[in-house]
Amino acid sequence: MSLVYSGVLSHAPGITGRAEMVDNIEKRDEFYAALEQQRQDINDAKAEAIIVIAAEHFANFFMNNMPAYCVGIGETYEGPIEDPEWLAIEKTTIPGAPDLGKRLTRIIMETVDVAYSEEWKFDHGIMVPLHFLTPDYDLPVIPVNINCQGPPLSPLHRAWIFGEALRRACDQVPERVALVGTGGISHWPATPDSGKINEAWDREFLDRLMSHDKNALLGYNDENIYRDAGQGGFEIRTFITAAAAAGGKGDLQFYTAELPIFAVGCTVASFSLN
Amino acid sequence: MSLYNLQKFLYELNRDESIQNQYNENIDALLSKYTLTKEESEALREGDIGLLYVLGVNGQILMHFAAFLGIEWFDYLDKMREGIKNHGVVRDGVYTMTGGGKSFTTEEKGR
Repeated sequence: MSLVYSGVLSHAPGITGRAEMVDNIEKRDEFYAALEQQRQDINDAKAEAIIVIAAEHFANFFMNNMPAYCVGIGETYEGPIEDPEWLAIEKTTIPGAPDLGKRLTRIIMETVDVAYSEEWKFDHGIMVPLHFLTPDYDLPVIPVNINCQGPPLSPLHRAWIFGEALRRACDQVPERVALVGTGGISHWPATPDSGKINEAWDREFLDRLMSHDKNALLGYNDENIYRDAGQGGFEIRTFITAAAAAGGKGDLQFYTAELPIFAVGCTVASFSLN
Repeated sequence: MSLYNLQKFLYELNRDESIQNQYNENIDALLSKYTLTKEESEALREGDIGLLYVLGVNGQILMHFAAFLGIEWFDYLDKMREGIKNHGVVRDGVYTMTGGGKSFTTEEKGR
C-alpha cells in the first residue's frame, strides 16, 4: 500500500542494559513512555512490517567488505549478538520479510546501489528499538544498515537520496510498511568520554530535522560532526534518511540530555508523510 | 601497527562463540592465525583494555571484548582512561582524543 509511519528513536545499549544505574528515574520513565507511545502509533498505523534503518556496530559488517547501504532479506534473524545480561535483552529469533525485502530492494536499486544480505545478527542498534516497538517480536522486520562506523562514510546527501528511494519503494508495494531511523545525535559511545552529550548541537540538529530543512541538514560534514558531536554523531545519517523517506515535518515527542548513563541524548520523534 | 588485523580479530571474537571458546582454551593457537605485533598480541592475551584503546580499537568493538572478559561498565571506562595515562593519546583509528577521559556522568560520580 504505502509507507504508513516514519519516525526516529535512540538505540544506545545503556537504554536497556544500564536502566537500573539511572539517577533520574522520572526522566527515564518519561523516555520509556514516549517509546511506548511510538509502539502504539506504529500499531495504530496497522503496519505489516517495519524497516529499521540502523547504524550497526561491527556485528555483521567490517572493513573487509563494508557496504555503504545494506538491506536485509533474510527469513529470520538472531539477536542480540551481545551478552543478554549486559544488554538486558534475551536472545531470540526475529521474523524477517524476505519477499517484501527483495521487492523493495529491486525498486531502491532503480536509483541507489544497495547491498543486500540474507544473514544478519542484530546488535543493540536494532534490538533496543525492537525491544520497545515490537516486544513480542511478532512484526516482520527488514533491517537496513547505513555505515556510520568505518570511514569513509557515505555523504549526507546520499543518505537523503537513499531515504527518498526507500519511500518510492514502500509506496509501490501493497503492504503497509512502517519505518524508523535509529541512531544517536551527539555522543561519544564506548570511549572514555561516554556520557558526554552536546545538548546545544543536538537541539540545533533536531530543529533542522523537525522543520524538514534539507539544506540545513545536509550542511553538516564529517569533520564538524566529529568535532562537535563525536564519532557517534555520524549516526545522524539514519535520522536524515527517515526524514527524507517521510517527506514532511517532524513532531519531537521526547528529547533529553539528562540521562547521561545512556550515553546519548535520548530521542523519540515521528514525521508527517508528505 | 596492524590495527586492521587487531580489530578483525576482536570483530570475529565478538560474534563467534567457537572463537570465544578458543580464546579461553588455547589463546596462543588462536592468535597465531592473525598477523599481529607483539604488543597487540600481548594486549589481547592480557585483556589490556587501556592499551587496546590507545592502539586505536574502536569502542564499539572494544566494549564487547570488555564485557566478554567480565569487566563492568565503569571499570571499562576507567581502563581506557588508565590506558591514555600510561600510553599516551590514541595512536590510530577513528579517534583522536576529544576529551581528557573525565567522568561525565552523574551516575559515575556517585558510584
